[in-house]
Amino acid sequence: MSAFPDSAPSPDTAAAEAARSPGREAWRVFRRNKAALLGLALLGLVALVMLLGPTLYPVDPFGLASQPFTEPFTNAAVPLGSDYLGRDILAGIAVGGRATVTVGLAAAAITVLIGVTVGALAGYFQGWADELLTRLTELFQVLPSLLFAMVLVTLFSPSLTVVTLAIGAVSWTTTARLARAEFMRLRRLEYVNAVRAMGAGPLRLMLREVLPNALPPLIVSATLIVGTAILFEAGLSFLGLSDPNVMSWGLMIGANRAYILDCWWAVTFPGLAIFVTVLGVSLVGDGLNDAFNPRLHQR
Amino acid sequence: MNAPAPQTAPPLLDVQGLHVHFNTGGWRSRAQVHAVDDVSFAIARGTTFGLVGESGSGKSTTALAIMRLLQHSAGEIRLDGTDIGRLRGTALRSARRRFQMVFQDPFASLNPRKRAIDTVREALDLMAVGTPDGRAAQAAALFAQVGLRAEQRNLFPHQFSGGQRQRIVLARALAAHPELVVCDEPVSALDVAIQAQILNLMKRLQRELGLTYLFISHDLGVIRHLCDEVAVMYLGRIVERAPRETLFERPLHPYTRALWSAAPSFDSRERGRERRIRLNGDPPSPLDLPPGCGFAARCPFANARCHAERPALRRLTAHQHVACHRVDDDARAHYENDTAACTNSA
Amino acid sequence: MTASTTTPSGDDAPLLAVDGLSVQFQTRRGTAHVLDEVGFTLARGQTLGLVGESGCGKSMTALAMMRLIPQPPGRIAAGSVRLHGRELLALPEAEMRRVRGNRLSMIFQEPMTSLNPVFTIGEQIAESVRLHLGLDRRAALAHAVDMLAAVGIPAPARRAHDYPHHFSGGMRQRAMIAMALACSPDALIADEPTTALDVTVQAQIFDLMAELRERTGTAILLITHDMGAVAEMADRVAVMYAGRIVEEGGVHDILERPLHPYTQGLVACAPGRRRTAPGETLREIPGTVPSLLRRAEACAFAERCEHARPLCRQRPPPGSQPASGRRVRCWLYPETTPADTASPA
Repeated sequence: MSAFPDSAPSPDTAAAEAARSPGREAWRVFRRNKAALLGLALLGLVALVMLLGPTLYPVDPFGLASQPFTEPFTNAAVPLGSDYLGRDILAGIAVGGRATVTVGLAAAAITVLIGVTVGALAGYFQGWADELLTRLTELFQVLPSLLFAMVLVTLFSPSLTVVTLAIGAVSWTTTARLARAEFMRLRRLEYVNAVRAMGAGPLRLMLREVLPNALPPLIVSATLIVGTAILFEAGLSFLGLSDPNVMSWGLMIGANRAYILDCWWAVTFPGLAIFVTVLGVSLVGDGLNDAFNPRLHQR
Repeated sequence: MNAPAPQTAPPLLDVQGLHVHFNTGGWRSRAQVHAVDDVSFAIARGTTFGLVGESGSGKSTTALAIMRLLQHSAGEIRLDGTDIGRLRGTALRSARRRFQMVFQDPFASLNPRKRAIDTVREALDLMAVGTPDGRAAQAAALFAQVGLRAEQRNLFPHQFSGGQRQRIVLARALAAHPELVVCDEPVSALDVAIQAQILNLMKRLQRELGLTYLFISHDLGVIRHLCDEVAVMYLGRIVERAPRETLFERPLHPYTRALWSAAPSFDSRERGRERRIRLNGDPPSPLDLPPGCGFAARCPFANARCHAERPALRRLTAHQHVACHRVDDDARAHYENDTAACTNSA
Repeated sequence: MTASTTTPSGDDAPLLAVDGLSVQFQTRRGTAHVLDEVGFTLARGQTLGLVGESGCGKSMTALAMMRLIPQPPGRIAAGSVRLHGRELLALPEAEMRRVRGNRLSMIFQEPMTSLNPVFTIGEQIAESVRLHLGLDRRAALAHAVDMLAAVGIPAPARRAHDYPHHFSGGMRQRAMIAMALACSPDALIADEPTTALDVTVQAQIFDLMAELRERTGTAILLITHDMGAVAEMADRVAVMYAGRIVEEGGVHDILERPLHPYTQGLVACAPGRRRTAPGETLREIPGTVPSLLRRAEACAFAERCEHARPLCRQRPPPGSQPASGRRVRCWLYPETTPADTASPA
């Protein structure tokens, strides 16, 4: 019931603006989104910590820097306090970001890669391919993911690479289902048939015609996955199944979880760091989604 | 160019015994829907052939099968003598330049993330028209040919009105100089004022480029305006086929008559006075076809034979084909005496 | 609240009178004047066809009359809608709810989405009856079955227990009509009631609506883009363009002697059932509907009009009455001189 007037602007005025390059146009839309800019700033902060943290604050995060349970802001040697062993929290934050963020991004990338591939194939081809891939997805879905990841990590050595792969291997199912639904919906649209009628093959149709239009929900879900993956790594660390020789924010939370009542700062500061990262990723993801939507261009 | 080709010339498109069956209830199920059932017709070069019917009549499915966007179960689709229904792979890809399609919904038939000119350019690239260097100019020429302005080239689909979008769709379809253009309800989604613009454009392009149209519509006014020959479909089968004037002046199949009398009359004084055939109920689903004539259940004139035996499409006069037991070989409709049923209004 | 005694209840008093109805929407790009001084009247048993292209404001008129416009961003800026002389726009919301579906009801284009899929057809009709007529459950259901029978649904007592998805498109629209007429409303607003239906089913629905109108005297406001539907159903026609009514008159006059250039275009450009010669070009209305963001300081149709003069682009045309029972808003007909144009039929 859109009795509301056609929202198309008069083409003449729009023509000049639309002629700009897609990249600049996208940046223009992105820039207008204040939340996305905040997200970008947060991510910049995280990146700065990852890059420069160890150089600016060269303290061994595993070293015993002071008395255990030193409260934050009381001892200049350990500005953010120390944990139950006396390790420097600030050093952990400065160094642990690298592992945490890398694992989060890499695991999210793997998740999206597997999920979108499986979902796209199932949704595009349907029939027996769909049947097979959907069963496979369900198989992975019914396995308790943490347990399954634990099995994978214990089968191999608990290195960060294995942890990343394990997280990717257990969390792609949601993305696959989402991608499948989007591909099923979009492949039925007439513009896909139009390009098919010109002789385009399935690969081109999937990559050039369907995928760009399926991106909005996938981008949003990918940003959520970064957060989940970071927390997942924390969970594995807590169980002692991540690499114990590499400091990560998750490892800090995991190690100090038992002392949360006596030593809140040892979990709060790395928790805040994770929160800031996840928030930044999701705000930027939101902004990107807008930026690549031509409907929001020039207005 | 627009005049119908002489009878001796071979038709551009010759469809013989086309069947499209769908499996329902998943890929393992054996239940089948006969969406298109033994459809045959031919279109002379440079003419327009209309396919009319209600939803579920199989007219769009026929179009998709001819376009090779849907696998047909049996039958021949000869384009200029070649059975394009048998082509595969590269042979099919290169044959696709010769037949293109215009879709119903101009809001769904353009990629929302592609600029208008890129949509046309993509068609040129995909079908390898001309040289890559010349394609930008070709795309611009196509754009102008369908009546779009140069400054609109870089806009996205949502910035166009429905009629303008349908012009882009036409430009895309014409990119490779096709001979046959299959139009599936190309103006149904448009406002009447805009419909006229697009219909006039299509006629002009046909004249200029010698195009052959397979034109699918539920709108009898549009069909009558545009088509040289018309086939009426019901439940996947053609029930009547004739040149335009014959079909509109003297329809023989009861369904054709019902369709004609259901279309609103523009002469408001005529209303209610006309002798009308009113049908009860909706078109049935092609899921479980009755054994006899598919129309028998709604036909006011059906007799026992109609319910038992399926009528074949017979040739009555030189050009008129009808599938009805109650029309005899001399093209007399025997049911015309059943006046009681004629005035039956729901 | 003024009772009906204040207005003469003679035959001349219109059942439904819309006057100066203006609706505005706030958009990111400014105020859109979606309806601009829309006015018409509807008598008992009469059908008024409201025609125009998509976006002209015809559906918005219906929503404004029902007070169903989303506020914000919409706003009824001015005007009045009177049913039996009672001003609907001034009623408290609770009072208005008693009018909707009871005295004034509406059917929509898409019968699938207008029915709730989780209740049976009978329950949905009975619901409105219970609400407005105060019948108990059993009586309401019996009334629902009667209504289904009245709209020609076979085996109504059994079909009342069916869910909407068991019904075909035409049957659903029949059920919608049954629901809309269950409380014997004074007026029915039908917004493109047959657009989603096949032509043979459309004919059935029109027959049904005409028959019910004869029997109950319900006035119908038929909103449509289809001149054929208007020719079939309407007594009078109002043509809308860019939020304004540009012409109004009896159905024969409008279809045979349209005055406004826009109406002339609308009537001529539909191939309809006219015979067109091979190669004949259809009459087109060039261009597209203008943006509603600027309130018309001129005639909104001037840009697309072949008769447009400088005056048309300077000032909005006043309404004039070139013949009795006809109104037109166009500079071609500046004065009310019944002599120069159509003689009264």
